[in-house]
Amino acid sequence: MSGLALQGVAKRYATGTLAVQGVELTVVEGDFVALLGPSGCGKSTLLRLIAGLDAPTAGRIEPSPEARRDIGFVFQEPTLMPWATALGNVTLPLILAGVPKPEARARAMAALESVGLTDQHGAYPRTLSGGMRMRVSIARALVTRPRLLLMDEPFAALDEITRFRLNNDLLALWERERFTVVFVTHSVFESVYLARRVLVMASRPGRIAADLPIDAPQPRDEAFRTSAGYAAQCRAVSESLHLAMAA
Amino acid sequence: MSGLTLPEPERDARRVLGLTSMTWMRLLAPGLLGLLFLAGWEALVEMRGIPPYVLPGPVEIARTLVRDWSSLSVSLLVTLQITAAALAVAAGLGLLLAVVFAQSRMIELSLFPYAVILQVTPIVAIAPLIIIWVDDVWASLLICAWIVAFFPVLSNTTLGLNATDRNLEDLFRLYRASRWQLLWRLRLPTALPYFLAGLRISGGLALIGAIVAEFVAGTGGNASGLAFRILEAGYQLQIPRMFAALVLVSGTGIAIFLALTLLSHLLLRRWHESAVDRRR
Ligand SMILES: Nc1ncnc2c1ncn2[C@@H]1O[C@H](COP(=O)(O)OP(=O)(O)O)[C@@H](O)[C@H]1O
Ligand SMILES: [Mg+2]
Repeated sequence: MSGLALQGVAKRYATGTLAVQGVELTVVEGDFVALLGPSGCGKSTLLRLIAGLDAPTAGRIEPSPEARRDIGFVFQEPTLMPWATALGNVTLPLILAGVPKPEARARAMAALESVGLTDQHGAYPRTLSGGMRMRVSIARALVTRPRLLLMDEPFAALDEITRFRLNNDLLALWERERFTVVFVTHSVFESVYLARRVLVMASRPGRIAADLPIDAPQPRDEAFRTSAGYAAQCRAVSESLHLAMAA
Repeated sequence: MSGLTLPEPERDARRVLGLTSMTWMRLLAPGLLGLLFLAGWEALVEMRGIPPYVLPGPVEIARTLVRDWSSLSVSLLVTLQITAAALAVAAGLGLLLAVVFAQSRMIELSLFPYAVILQVTPIVAIAPLIIIWVDDVWASLLICAWIVAFFPVLSNTTLGLNATDRNLEDLFRLYRASRWQLLWRLRLPTALPYFLAGLRISGGLALIGAIVAEFVAGTGGNASGLAFRILEAGYQLQIPRMFAALVLVSGTGIAIFLALTLLSHLLLRRWHESAVDRRR
């Protein structure tokens, strides 16, 4: 399976808002790409188009979202079913796909283990902390073993300490599974820390203004966060973001 | 956890006979007020020498309740049966119709106004017609009670079925959920608290509907419920008996409310905010 390619993609909402226009984008299989931009620039719109949750008004997306079933999606809010336990929430994608219950359960337990929540599998969402809920949400996205993981500002609502920890956990999962990631964020620091490529977006209409490769040691760790190279690249991305916003 | 807040076990420790001090207060305060009221009533009747056919005291009412229990209990059972059956049909049909509405906007738009008409038409006005049209007294009483009880379940459940989280809907769509899966795994669980809230209102209404219909029917014989006992006692100026039947009607209403509250609590306590102790 190839990565992802967008050609001349545009989306105009029924309200008349032209959310994104002329988006050209190629992501190679197994890459980790960050979409960075100010809020309202069309990041979520673009992600929903890639997921097939909305249809573009113009342009092409390859492979076609309708044809693929290997997408995982993580929303900004954990978006869990409050009436189901952590395990129940993680089994959902498998149950919907008709996987037999015992197998679904076993795979969901494995997914919960990969995000460090084995002990909380029986807990209801309201009893979990914000960070734990987000972990459940990530486990749910990973349980189908997606080849393309789409994340829409997943850690924006979390405190910094939790966010850093989840950043590292996400990188570890990615090192292991090597799925393709499109990670939406409005944080320069987060984008440089996580991604191998940062796409800077400009607003009105949303489009990709810059494409910056990130040079970092593999695998990344906390030492990178305090390195001179990290600081320099954050500055470069930040400048590019300001240019895009001024344009 | 912060050391500034009072640790949980400390507060929970103040339990007497398994109930927290707050629960005791909630039981004792209204209980005490009720006792004071009854004592005042009894004292008033005693001191003023008010005759029982004008206003019987609580002791006299209790005595009548015990003395006439054999006939009153039969009537209580009749009213209970009609109420329970009407509530069950209201819950079942209300839920079913709400699900049908959720599946088809067209059906909802065509039928909902008629459900509203059924709701706003006073039951006393149509009860005579229903009693004439339906041969069986029991069935006609059931229909009257059902008409009154039906709407809260329908409207609440319809509301609940449409209150699904947008992101969860997207998630179900992403995983290609079928209509049936969407209904069963997302819309119905979302609607459950709404349905139960509607059911709690309907429980009281079903009783009112049954009583009103009995008043209108005014029949004696084997299908005579509590309302008929009240009517009958009124004609015969047996006021203590009238009060005794009234006590049973109110008691039934309270029991239905408590039972439905308990049901709601049992079904929702694990996950729904309304059922979660707010003083956590
Ligand atoms: N469902 C919608 N209907 C109409 N306009 C929308 C809708 N979703 C987003 N928009 C508009 O499209 C633009 C881009 O929104 P969005 O993609 O959510 O941006 P971001 O995720 O970068 O904050 C905004 O101007 C927003 O108001
Ligand atoms: Mg967004």
